[in-house]
Amino acid sequence: MLGTGILVFREVLEAALIVSIVFAATRGVAHRGRWVGLGIVAGVIGAIVVAFFADAIAQAVSGIGQELFNATVLLAAVVMIAWHAIWMSSHGRELATQMKAVGSDVSSGSRPLSALLIVVAIAVLREGSEIVLFLYGQAASGAGPLAIAGGIALGVACGVAVGFLLYFGLLGIPMRYFFSATNWLMLLLAAGLASQAAGFLIQADVLPAFGNRVWDSSFILTNTSLLGKTLHTLIGYDAQPAGMQLLFYVVTAVAIAIGMKVWGGSKPAQRRAPHAHA
Amino acid sequence: MSRWLIVPFLLCAAASVHALEYEAKLSIKDHKFDPAELSVPANTKIKLLVQNLDATPEEFESSDLNREKVVTGNNTITVMLGPLDAGKYHFFGDFHQETAQGDLVVK
Repeated sequence: MLGTGILVFREVLEAALIVSIVFAATRGVAHRGRWVGLGIVAGVIGAIVVAFFADAIAQAVSGIGQELFNATVLLAAVVMIAWHAIWMSSHGRELATQMKAVGSDVSSGSRPLSALLIVVAIAVLREGSEIVLFLYGQAASGAGPLAIAGGIALGVACGVAVGFLLYFGLLGIPMRYFFSATNWLMLLLAAGLASQAAGFLIQADVLPAFGNRVWDSSFILTNTSLLGKTLHTLIGYDAQPAGMQLLFYVVTAVAIAIGMKVWGGSKPAQRRAPHAHA
Repeated sequence: MSRWLIVPFLLCAAASVHALEYEAKLSIKDHKFDPAELSVPANTKIKLLVQNLDATPEEFESSDLNREKVVTGNNTITVMLGPLDAGKYHFFGDFHQETAQGDLVVK
């Protein structure tokens, strides 16, 4: 049960961290729980479907179906995050002002919440399908239903707890900086996911590696350690990144930052607005 | 001018002819890798076949090699590697880490 719980925890952790950032980024939006919840449900269903078709996916496109599938969903998540981050950079400040003024949730308006629903669904689907495959193996090798259920409960509970910890930690950020902070977190998250996508495309031999490992920082922090895994999800930390991964990371980060600057634009008049105290 | 555009393609073609692939094979049985230490040549592109002889799924994973790929029960996957520098690269089965551990020795 403990072994099962540990594996489930490691996978749930990655999804939970992403969901927490999304939940923080949608702070103050009415019915956001429904959106995020829907994303989680869609992700769980997707995970079961993907695990069920794991054979077919793996054999597809002469054996690189798994890599192409992973790269595609990761890049889809990157686009969705980028869209939302750029949108928020132009609307975040008025949203924060509005929230302070009304003192309650604001309606989502034209906000691309569906983009974040997809991000949540993808995060849950990717980690969830591994859990489903693993649990299927456990069940097939004779693990009792009680041990499996206990493992799931333990893993999910711990993973979700870490997610909540991150969420409430983020809530500690003063409202003035809150949305720019979550926006930068989303930018780093997207860059990290893009780097992971590049990793899969290198693995599939679709893209050249441009150097298998540009550096090796595994003596400081390994990818498999808890902190390494957490940073891997949050900011795309990789102890042994390939050159192409770094390229994807930087290009994604720069593209989103430019998008935020160009369409968001800093509004100096508003920034200088006095008496913004709550 | 436009005829120069063909140069990169020729270079790629030439490179692909020279980059001979080395095929290596690894199997998984009772959640253990066989062989647990696999030797492959350095500076060569490697086509690693991982055959899962167990009925249950496994995930071939390695942070040293930057690879992760699920192999379902009684199936084989292909993992492309390298060209790699000489050295020892650790890999493991993510779903059965207690037993599924191995090293790729590149020399």
